[in-house]
Amino acid sequence: MTTTPQAVRRASPRNRRRPATPADPARPLLPGAQPVSLLDPSGAPLPARTDYPEPPGDLLRELYRRMVIGRRFDTQATALTKQGRLAVYPSSRGQEACQVGAVLAVRDTDWVFPTYRESMALVSRGLDPVEVLTLLRGDWHCGYDPAARFTAPQCTPLATQCVHAAGLAYGEAHQGRDTVALAFIGDGATSEGDFHEGINFAAVFKAPVVYFVQNNQYAISVPLSRQTAAPSLAYKGAGYGVPSEQVDGNDPVAVLAVLTRAVEHARAGNGPFLVEAHTYRMEPHTNADDANRYRDGAEVDAWRDRDPIARLEKYLRDRDELDDDGVAAVAAEAEAYAADVRERMNAQPTVDPLSLFDHVYAQPTPQLIEQREQVRAELAAAEQEGDA
Amino acid sequence: MATTMAKALNAALADALADDERVLVFGEDVGQLGGVFRITDGLQARFGDKRCFDTPLAEAGIVGFAVGLAMSGLRPVVEMQFDAFAYPAFEQIASHVAKLRNRTRGALSVPIVIRVPYAGGIGGVEHHSDSSEAYYAHTPGLKVVTPATVDDAYSLLREAIDDPDPVVFMEPKKLYFASGEAELPTRTAPFGRAVVRRPGRDATLIAYGPSVPVALEAAEAAREEGWDLEVVDVRTIVPFDDETVTASVRRTGRCVVIQEAQGFAGVGAEIAARVQERCFHALHAPVLRVSGLDIPYPAPMLEHTHLPGVDRVLDAVARLQWDDQPDPRWLPAPEAAA
Repeated sequence: MTTTPQAVRRASPRNRRRPATPADPARPLLPGAQPVSLLDPSGAPLPARTDYPEPPGDLLRELYRRMVIGRRFDTQATALTKQGRLAVYPSSRGQEACQVGAVLAVRDTDWVFPTYRESMALVSRGLDPVEVLTLLRGDWHCGYDPAARFTAPQCTPLATQCVHAAGLAYGEAHQGRDTVALAFIGDGATSEGDFHEGINFAAVFKAPVVYFVQNNQYAISVPLSRQTAAPSLAYKGAGYGVPSEQVDGNDPVAVLAVLTRAVEHARAGNGPFLVEAHTYRMEPHTNADDANRYRDGAEVDAWRDRDPIARLEKYLRDRDELDDDGVAAVAAEAEAYAADVRERMNAQPTVDPLSLFDHVYAQPTPQLIEQREQVRAELAAAEQEGDA
Repeated sequence: MATTMAKALNAALADALADDERVLVFGEDVGQLGGVFRITDGLQARFGDKRCFDTPLAEAGIVGFAVGLAMSGLRPVVEMQFDAFAYPAFEQIASHVAKLRNRTRGALSVPIVIRVPYAGGIGGVEHHSDSSEAYYAHTPGLKVVTPATVDDAYSLLREAIDDPDPVVFMEPKKLYFASGEAELPTRTAPFGRAVVRRPGRDATLIAYGPSVPVALEAAEAAREEGWDLEVVDVRTIVPFDDETVTASVRRTGRCVVIQEAQGFAGVGAEIAARVQERCFHALHAPVLRVSGLDIPYPAPMLEHTHLPGVDRVLDAVARLQWDDQPDPRWLPAPEAAA
């Protein structure tokens, strides 16, 4: 092999400077290799992290309070299905750190885009529990006023809310408001196209959205391994230029810390942020589901040992932020909350068939007016028949 | 002055952007390029890229983004590049755009306009010529509008943008560059009003969008056969104007409904049923439908076989029981010889 003079020159020590490595533009977008955790499974503190400062004590006590009430609400809602008061209820038991931590990280005037599994998050946000359960009781689709509560209707078509959140956040910024949109989504729904279109639109338009994936390991019966081959759902952010993080979703302190930073990132005008929380759905998909067909009790038990409420309680007790009296007071408040829900849900709601025509359009079409008259006549005839 | 439907639509968008700062126009290629049909030509240059802008190439994303913008108080006008390319957005349209007001008892409204260039007759290759109006018209909560004239194009689009409800605004591609007379700005009849484009005594042709010029041409040709045909332009499929349509058919006693879309379970079927229910005692003949064939939209060299033209309309008119004889097409097949 001959050596050309140029080759010699290139190989000479003087020119053997290491080529400048271009910074990897994807690296800052990637989540940490392990989920962020600030408490160990028992509730003992892990080393503090400068990137995710621990939230203040009063906020953690409030987090604990709302988690306890939230779980009691969730148990009450499941009981209401057994009494036939709710058509169906998708429980989020075991996901309290995510449900409550996320809504504590946003302002009351930030917009939340919940799915059907976020009833606990919504009551934690201060929405009336009876209005939240209206969808599942079945007297209307959405019981609360979304505009007044900055809370979109609970979304049943999977992932579609991801695009709404992008549009709303961009629209708010366009009009000079610093609103952040928080979009809830589950692990299964990250396979839907609208998740990808939503996060991509938010990224391209630098819309202040936090996409919060609660990876509770199952989409009804289908495990995460059938949704993705990615090392973590949080890696899906990098492909869209969106920074992301993964967090231990049963560590309430970490969830609140990570969500707080994600919200700050979005509000500061840096565009969207993606968070994946690793958690577990302790109950079946809904009361109508049989989880024994697709997972065994040992798996559920293992997650019981990571219970988010027990973890935060131990942590707060160890720091003298909480004592027996405090625990008892919160438990009593949760019982009173559940009793109020029970009592108010036991009242039979009144439904007006003629209201079916009221909100299809701002003004009913002539055809709807005709149909309303037809229904009115049907109702009158039925009433007469009943009287006879 | 002489102008085209494309220019009238462009003027309507420009005037809406100028009159209402909440209006945003966006979609694929609508910015610098001005849209593949140039309907948004010059809007970005005039109003800036915050008011008229390109988006990622994702129709569900475009419509879902519009839902969020509407929730924040804005008035999005989105362009679907072609009829068949709007299908990815169908879930957003059917499950959210159409239902949000109803789901929330009126707390949220979705004043979005979804512009859909539709229908054929332009020699488009596959997936560029669908007549998709029935999908939208079958979805409660949407208004479905389709202009056939230049001044209606302007007026209906302005009204769509001002409307508190979502409007699927279907633009007949083959009429984009047909010229017509219009003094813009103009306001024509409002939503929910059909218009008699040509008065006549013997039979009513009911048409909308791209079929209106076909109906008018057929009515002109029918004079030679001795028929005086009335032509009604539906204009707004939803809300539908039963009053104007039934008044016309009661006068003439005969009716042919014309649509370019495939016929089965189409808008024409709905119109025919409504006319029959409301005009039974005035009818001298069954209400007939003239439509495209029940086939996937054909390749360009075969599209004229598919599209209902003047001859197919006149054939239908000829079968309107002028001599009170059974239509041979519907007679039972003769018994096979023993």
